Amino acid sequence: MDAKPPEDSAVTRRQFLRNGARLLAMTGLGVAAGGLATRSTGAATVWQIDPAKCLRCGNCATKCVLEQSAVKCVHAYAVCGYCQLCTGFFAPEPNALTTAAENQLCPTGAIKRTYVEDPYYQYSIDEQLCIGCAKCVEGCNRFGNGSLFLQIRHDRCLNCNECAISRTCPGDAFRRVPVDHPYLLKTTSR
Amino acid sequence: MLRRLKFIGALGVMLLMALLVSAEQRFPPPDFENGYSLPSTSTPAARQLWLQYGDTAVFLAALGTAVWLIYKKRSRRGVFWLSLFSLAYFGFYRKGCICPIGSPQNIVYGLFNPGYAVPLTVLIFCFAPIVVALFGGRAFCAGVCPQGALQDLVLIKPIVVPPWLEHALGVVPYIFLGAGLICAGTGTGFLICRYDPFVPFFRLSGGTFILTFGAAFLLMGMFVGRPYCRFLCPYGGLLRVASLASKWRVRVTPDTCTQCRLCEQSCPFGAMREPPSPETNPKWLRAERKRLGWLLALLPVLILAGAWGGSKFSPTAAQLNPTVALAERYARQQIHPVEYGLMTPEALSLQRAADNPAAILTQAADLRRRFALACALFGGWVGLVIGVKLAALSVRPSRTDFEPDRGACFACARCFTACPNERVRLGLAPAAQGAEPL
Ligand code: SF4
Ligand code: SF4
Ligand code: SF4
Ligand code: SF4
Repeated sequence: MDAKPPEDSAVTRRQFLRNGARLLAMTGLGVAAGGLATRSTGAATVWQIDPAKCLRCGNCATKCVLEQSAVKCVHAYAVCGYCQLCTGFFAPEPNALTTAAENQLCPTGAIKRTYVEDPYYQYSIDEQLCIGCAKCVEGCNRFGNGSLFLQIRHDRCLNCNECAISRTCPGDAFRRVPVDHPYLLKTTSR
Repeated sequence: MLRRLKFIGALGVMLLMALLVSAEQRFPPPDFENGYSLPSTSTPAARQLWLQYGDTAVFLAALGTAVWLIYKKRSRRGVFWLSLFSLAYFGFYRKGCICPIGSPQNIVYGLFNPGYAVPLTVLIFCFAPIVVALFGGRAFCAGVCPQGALQDLVLIKPIVVPPWLEHALGVVPYIFLGAGLICAGTGTGFLICRYDPFVPFFRLSGGTFILTFGAAFLLMGMFVGRPYCRFLCPYGGLLRVASLASKWRVRVTPDTCTQCRLCEQSCPFGAMREPPSPETNPKWLRAERKRLGWLLALLPVLILAGAWGGSKFSPTAAQLNPTVALAERYARQQIHPVEYGLMTPEALSLQRAADNPAAILTQAADLRRRFALACALFGGWVGLVIGVKLAALSVRPSRTDFEPDRGACFACARCFTACPNERVRLGLAPAAQGAEPL
């Protein structure tokens, strides 16, 4: 190595600058990380839909990054009236109160109607079939008790850094919730 | 007809009941007599916290292994297998989500939106690769980043990107970083995540636009080494700067460089640099210094001009924010009403604005103010990036050997075996072919 002295000093000067920059950067990162870590609760968050804000627009069926949306309809049984004429189950003006496909509101037939006792029927969702289109939710909320509502199902959701549905939600219904309380379930109709 | 009447009758009864109990439930939950018990709503758990800490541990271990493979083992094969593992784990298994590339957005979002606490895992994912880069260069890009690994895999025949293009496109990551950070800071969204071309491949699903975008990058990646990394990745931009100050550097040769030029073409990413010719004409040197001086003096001007241009741009940029866009649509609707279909997202959001216009309008006004500041900052940032790039072009490199550029090198270890001395070290060539050890 026969580098000339001026170059040598240039090299050490650069070395010095580099060390300084590294020290500065490490201090900056340390301060930032420390500051953020004290504010960080440690608890990670996941996305969830606030059922009180959902306007049942239908975006949840199509805007999720997954082919099969991670949003599904869920049922708060304690809120349900077990109505014979369920406005979440039946299309408006059904021909008959039977489970024939043309009477149903759900495009995929995901709601199961089972007789409990006169005149009550239980409605439950088959999540394999539900596409999260919110048609039943709208029917149930407009005319019924509002016991059907949409939730992100965390066995499906990828917990995207930015939920793709939240960007287009007209009700601004999406928010981050703590990972140990990942659902916003309905306990009353409103 | 009878059925219709029955239905209307039933509806009437329902409405009556609804009125009676309107305060609580329209239809009071029944008291069952046959012992029916209410099913409970299932709540499948989210990915457990300890698993997320597991991810972080795997991440740190991979980062450490990368450094060890690059500096101690000097093994391209090792780096390759590590990157395949990372592609499988962080890419296809974790679906590309939790990744350092988007994490600066979370940090900035957390700084400006007090309701959001940046999770510890995100902090680690964001800072650990930068700290490593400050000491040992872009080990993260070499062995841990699934996006980088995917591009490395598809590379078949690298072509040389002309230097002027390389330098010009080289500023794009910083501009993208700036745009991503102002969007995050104003709560507008996570642009960097939205336009990540490879995550849709990891998930095997995505919209047409992003899939086309990703496919274009993969196609390009067959002939241009790591196009996303070099010309778009904002986190790569951060690592590039951090590596400039790195303590240790990736060296082609294990001991001395004999200037044999055998490694000259070995970097598919155009990171290999020649040592400058030792005989420098003092006249040129003086001219170069002068140019550098001028460029440095120009820097504040560029920043100010950028800030000015940025603030001009702020009303347009603010419309990226859904709330601002809604407020503007609501205001337009008062003048030129547009009919939207029943129950469409457009109609429903307008209805929400109409229900409480004051809330939306004040929120939008506040956001516009934030955007005015953010856009000025962004403009200034763009000015700074361009100015620094220009100035950096006229700084003389200080290397004496053939060596990769600190910032541009992904530390992939491809070039090592091009060096005859390395081949001697590995026992692939007789010692006579190499240089004498010092
Ligand atoms: S996008 Fe929003 S308003 Fe539309 S269905 Fe989903 S949660 Fe409801
Ligand atoms: S109507 Fe839509 S949201 Fe309701 S169960 Fe059927 S698919 Fe699911
Ligand atoms: S976070 Fe991602 S996967 Fe989950 S609901 Fe939103 S878009 Fe779908
Ligand atoms: S430049 Fe970006 S995408 Fe490429 S390897 Fe580095 S962090 Fe990953």
